[in-house]
Amino acid sequence: MPTRSYCLIALLAAWLLAGCGDGVWNNPYRGGDAGANILYSAFAERPKHFDPVQAYSENEYAFIGNIYQPPLQYHYLKRPYELIPYAASDMPKPLYLDAQGNALPEDAPADRVAFSEYVIRIRPGIRYQPHPAFAVDAAGKPVYADLTRERLRGVHTISDFRQQGTRELVAADYVHQIKRLAHPRLHSPILGLMADYIVGLKELAATLQKAAKALPSGAFVDLAPHALEGARVVDRYTYAVRVKGKYPQFLYWLAMPFFSPVPPEVERFYGQPGMAEKNITLDWFPVGTGPYMLTVNNPNRQMVLERNPHYQGAVYPAEGAPDDAEAGRLKDAGNALPFIDKVVFSLEKEQIPYWNKFLQGYFDTSGISSDTFDQAVQFSGQGDVTLSEEMQARGIRLQTSTATSVFYMGFNLLDPAVGGYTEQARKLRQAITIAIDQEEYISIFRNGRGLPAHGPIPPGIFGYREGADGINPHVYDWVEGKPRRKSIEAAKQLLTEAGFPNGRDAKSGQPLLINLDTSQTGPAAKAMLDWYVKQFDKIGVQLVVRATDYNRFQDKLRNGSVQMYFLGWNADYPDPENFMFLLHGPQSKVKIAGENASNYANPEYDKLFDQMKHMPNSPERQVIVDRMVDILRADVPWVWSWFPKDYTLRHGWLYNSKPNKMAHNTLQYLRIDAARRAELRHAWNRPNVWPVILILLIVALSFIPAIQAFRRRERATATQAHATHVAAEAKP
Amino acid sequence: MIKPVMLWTDALVFLLLAVITFFVWTVYRHEHLAAPWRKVGHSASGMAALVVLSCFVLIGFLDTLHYRVSIPGKDGKTTYAVEVLSALDAMVGPLRTQKEKTYSAPLATHLFAKETLQGADGREIREFPRLRYGGAGLKDVRRDHVPDVLQRAALGLGAGLLLWMLPVAWVCRRVARRSKSGLRAAFLSIARRETQVPWHAILLAIGAVCIVASPMAALASQYHVFGTDKVGQDVLYLALKSIRPGLIIGTLTTLVMLPFALALGIMAGYFRGWVDDVIQYLYTTLHSIPGVLLIAAAVLMMQVYVENHGSLFPTTVERADFRLLFLCLILGVTSWTSLCRLLRGESLKLREMEYIQAAHAFGVSHARIMIRHILPNVMHIVLIAVVMDFSGLVLAEAVLSYIGIGVDPSMNSFGSMINSARLEMAREPMVWWSLAAAFSFMLVLVLAANLFGDAVRDALDPRVSTRKAVPAAPAKAAA
Amino acid sequence: MTSYLIRRAVYGFFILVLVNLLTFALFFFVNSPDDMARAQLGAKRVTADAITKWKQERGYDKPLILNTNSSGAGVVTNTIFFDKSVKLFVFDFGRSDQGRDIGYDIGTRMWASLAIALPVFVVGLLVTVTFALLMTLFRATYVDFWGVVICVAMMSISSLFYIIGGQFVIGKLWSLVPISGYDEGFSAFKFLILPMVIGVLGGIGASTRWYRTIFLEEISKDYVRTARSKGLPELRVLFRHVLQNAMIPILTGVVVVIPTLFLGSLIMESFFSIPGLGSYTIDAIQSQDFAIVRAMVFLGSVLYITGLILTDISYTLADPRVRFE
Repeated sequence: MPTRSYCLIALLAAWLLAGCGDGVWNNPYRGGDAGANILYSAFAERPKHFDPVQAYSENEYAFIGNIYQPPLQYHYLKRPYELIPYAASDMPKPLYLDAQGNALPEDAPADRVAFSEYVIRIRPGIRYQPHPAFAVDAAGKPVYADLTRERLRGVHTISDFRQQGTRELVAADYVHQIKRLAHPRLHSPILGLMADYIVGLKELAATLQKAAKALPSGAFVDLAPHALEGARVVDRYTYAVRVKGKYPQFLYWLAMPFFSPVPPEVERFYGQPGMAEKNITLDWFPVGTGPYMLTVNNPNRQMVLERNPHYQGAVYPAEGAPDDAEAGRLKDAGNALPFIDKVVFSLEKEQIPYWNKFLQGYFDTSGISSDTFDQAVQFSGQGDVTLSEEMQARGIRLQTSTATSVFYMGFNLLDPAVGGYTEQARKLRQAITIAIDQEEYISIFRNGRGLPAHGPIPPGIFGYREGADGINPHVYDWVEGKPRRKSIEAAKQLLTEAGFPNGRDAKSGQPLLINLDTSQTGPAAKAMLDWYVKQFDKIGVQLVVRATDYNRFQDKLRNGSVQMYFLGWNADYPDPENFMFLLHGPQSKVKIAGENASNYANPEYDKLFDQMKHMPNSPERQVIVDRMVDILRADVPWVWSWFPKDYTLRHGWLYNSKPNKMAHNTLQYLRIDAARRAELRHAWNRPNVWPVILILLIVALSFIPAIQAFRRRERATATQAHATHVAAEAKP
Repeated sequence: MIKPVMLWTDALVFLLLAVITFFVWTVYRHEHLAAPWRKVGHSASGMAALVVLSCFVLIGFLDTLHYRVSIPGKDGKTTYAVEVLSALDAMVGPLRTQKEKTYSAPLATHLFAKETLQGADGREIREFPRLRYGGAGLKDVRRDHVPDVLQRAALGLGAGLLLWMLPVAWVCRRVARRSKSGLRAAFLSIARRETQVPWHAILLAIGAVCIVASPMAALASQYHVFGTDKVGQDVLYLALKSIRPGLIIGTLTTLVMLPFALALGIMAGYFRGWVDDVIQYLYTTLHSIPGVLLIAAAVLMMQVYVENHGSLFPTTVERADFRLLFLCLILGVTSWTSLCRLLRGESLKLREMEYIQAAHAFGVSHARIMIRHILPNVMHIVLIAVVMDFSGLVLAEAVLSYIGIGVDPSMNSFGSMINSARLEMAREPMVWWSLAAAFSFMLVLVLAANLFGDAVRDALDPRVSTRKAVPAAPAKAAA
Repeated sequence: MTSYLIRRAVYGFFILVLVNLLTFALFFFVNSPDDMARAQLGAKRVTADAITKWKQERGYDKPLILNTNSSGAGVVTNTIFFDKSVKLFVFDFGRSDQGRDIGYDIGTRMWASLAIALPVFVVGLLVTVTFALLMTLFRATYVDFWGVVICVAMMSISSLFYIIGGQFVIGKLWSLVPISGYDEGFSAFKFLILPMVIGVLGGIGASTRWYRTIFLEEISKDYVRTARSKGLPELRVLFRHVLQNAMIPILTGVVVVIPTLFLGSLIMESFFSIPGLGSYTIDAIQSQDFAIVRAMVFLGSVLYITGLILTDISYTLADPRVRFE
């Protein structure tokens, strides 16, 4: 025993000497980085795609949003969200053309407009991050062209190519990327959508598909010889995109990474034989002109973004929303971006370690899960939240914002039991909608981080109405300046009128059973499903929860065999069209595998939708949107659930942070005080060794009587050897 | 009016009970079989564990008696509610129905987190809201809460002690009658641990159960003894409901795998040659596949089946039950191999025995030899495996549920309790009671199972001769 | 000996064939190529065209087992089964459904798994054998009695509690080590302490008891009594004779485990964010990337069979009397 404790003490000592010289033992980063200008963040799962043609999810955009530079971007501070130029020199204006290609005036009616042409001018002098694909020799020929498998032998990652180069961003790179949407080997999620709009994209996809079939599998598909009718290079810094009809939302798409520049030589570089086998692909090592570049891509552990040395000219905005000056977010106005040299993302799959490390000062910001919320935040009145005193003392700050997302529980309108458009069916759905107490849901499962939904459009999006005008009169009453959910009696009354008094079929007397399909698993699922059962129980309806895996769930949505289901939608862009289309009849899930999982179809709604989608934001558009929302409220295709509210916590040493649900290039605006951070980490993480010593001591001491007894016995056995076998009997 | 409901696992539980009854009856009838069991009966820790285990089994059994309540239907016809309840639900009635809004601490009268409430003067204040049921009967909460809890606990304790007196008295009388001595002498002999059957341990275990359970029951009518969870369900109720899945997985898994392991193991050892080769090949293959992956694949496969045959499983309970049964099956598939190997080894030895050779000479058929002569002689291995596997399976359930391939999310189980409780640990102030409840219930159950398993192994396994029980005192009391 | 090993290896090969067939059947019944495509293509805006394209590119559009449209060997080789399953035998794991090279991933993640599994295994073995020897040494005293009690109690606690409790107490309350994370090279040391301590603690109960039984069995044998009656000190008897003779049963349990150490620990790795094969597998199960799961099943079987063969070899090394023919 004593030798073992010595070993342990020796180990502890060795470890102390090894890397914890700064007196903090639990630092998960290397000791030398303590005072550096590095931001620490986390990611929960490996992003699937970094190729801007394929990436479409939040966790992918968190990285490539800071790497690629689409023509447009969202203003960092202003609300409501405002589009401003990013790589473009000014905001492009659509030019309307009729079927013959003649220019039309700006106010031409939508049905006369056959095409809209967007001419985009980019700023000259923007340069790509250093990358081997741009490396050229003295003669100006690329160094790493026509590589053989032989030459790739010692290469495992992108940094194994010694020479790097850069080049200026040109308009042709943007056109090349638009063509890549139709790439036969890539799966762009928006190809289907864009093929309906961008002229010639559908045809290009078909041609390329054919061309790729002729090539041996895995061979490089060269897009250069194939022209795209709807996208052409005008001059070195100008290109034009032609879309069918009037499509004002196209500008929003131009702010998404799908329309970033991708240089053809980069694609050719990655397309060389042997690269894909080594995971050296554009999907893994993005190449952009943005503020940061990905230097370490190890999704098993860490991703590192470093400042792009060629990124120039961007400055911190001088104006923002009214509260920004007050919050000190305008102090850096005019300073060159980015502020932070390096951003380290560490893999953190479990919530608890993530949260604890944030408290220890090892992460600079933290999204908070509902369970860690109480510690941080107190409610003060309706929806307002403040931090607990303990947090405030630590200098932790809280920021809130309403996400541009909606969560809903849909009815399948094709289902004979809950679907249909009869008065009775509507009443049944109304009754259920009233019974499910969203306010309680938000308070229990979201810790108040949400707003009950009265319709499909979340706040912050055009078309949302606040106050008494915005309530859903079928579910709420406006009482004393506040919406109040109708009583359970009202719900029961509706249920009776629907033909189910006390939750039982008036004709057969059988209890009403409703199936809820969900793919939700994980720790919170059980409690949540229990809660839903309880809600339905209030009006005497039996809820059958059918938990299944994600694939099965999608399958059932597609063939329309669900009755009720959960889904959510994150906006692509801040426009009501992006929410209203979720209930557009022709988008039906069952018919065309669209996004309308409720398979809702109302001719009047569909007509209004077609009218609304081309309109600019105006009072007339508001009238139409209001009418559409009214139709939905009466038909109840969804149980209007809630709009999530995002809360972010950050430490006092992080400046300029402001949640922005649309922009993804936000890292460049952040600034940190690294010295202060090092100081506080030190103060918060004093190691506590005495309990370990105490435990070891107790274990050691507990052996002493036994050792003494053993010694005595040994001495006895030395004289009476024969007695030993008695001791062999062990006590059970 | 109620209508009994028989789920698949229920049916198997009854089958298991029938098997056990038959087994007990056989053992009771044959002196040579009963002898080792008597040895189990003499193990103090084993018998104490058995008492605790029986309590769990009783709760699990009550939870197995499922029924549906009738509701008056139209024109005199009775229809039945969809919700499937169990005898346990009926017995602990208020625990199930008295749901609060969200978290509350054990024995609390207020919710755990402050909320914005309307004060008497109409102003908004931040306050801990009063619980709907916890301590509902109290007039002045601040003044009466602690005395009320203490009073109830004391009453419960008293009742528990009184209750304990019943078995104590019964045992004393029995011992007195057997040894033909007075009650007092019998009591003293028990207290001095002089009886051959370790009555002192049994009575102490019963006493412990009474002392723990009775105050709990007394408090549970008015308070949430283990607090409430996120959606306000009583954690004690959840823990009680988690017992059945644990027991089912621990026992049914062995029940379903037993026929395969027995048949294949004995056949391999008995026939040798190519039969042996094929069977060995089979179980080595199955054993070489990492168990978790096999279970994951199988559970996903079952989900496909259930979704494609939705009409067979109209209610949540039936779906959850089928998943539980399937989990038992697949756990059985991954765990039968070790038992099969042991049985094969034992049969290899047995077939060389003289009496088997003699049976051969008389022309007894293979099947008969295997059933009549080999099977009874390998039963001890089976029994040891069954009791030793039990605790491992209960623990495995927790891990599988954590990965998401365990029981149905709608079913209460220790795994799902731990899974949701682990996020609560990050709250501050910490919500510790769900985890504590899961921890203590699981620890007691598995500990009891382990101790009982040890006692059975010591008694049945001829190999474990080293752990000879040394009587603490000479056996004076006549058995 | 050599011919025996060759026979074992051939036997192992046939086992792998069956494993392969089983997993293939299981996974393709569970998850049709359409399912895989949908799982990988994400939730928003997935069209039927995209699914067809995805299947084509990943080679999932071929027939499952027999390709009647092909000629010659193509009937067998131009199929999903050949592409995805048979190629495993030459350790060509192919690409995951996400498009990553599985072989490369396994090659890099294996070391992280080993970095945690090996210390847990070695330290665990040393600690448990030491404890078991101590309990044997102090048998029939309070040390032995309480040792057994503590062992039984410790093995009755779910491994999940060890992890949750360990992170909370050692990482959070005492601030002794990073709560989770990993680093390459020597810097990994500080991250490995906590999982190692927890891994060892979690295994102590069952193993100590098991080794104690083995030692007690050994110590009751005649040669030990003889040695003792000759007047050899108890410590000498224990370490020289008992430990050596108890090697065979210990080896049976231990050697078979060694190769599978590469596979890592499923739960431990995800709790501590260790980028090993265990968390790789869990991620694959949860994201339903069955190309990886299939590869891991195959690898697991290979390692297990290797373990069996190693066990045989170690027998002959530990006890020269054992001969295989």
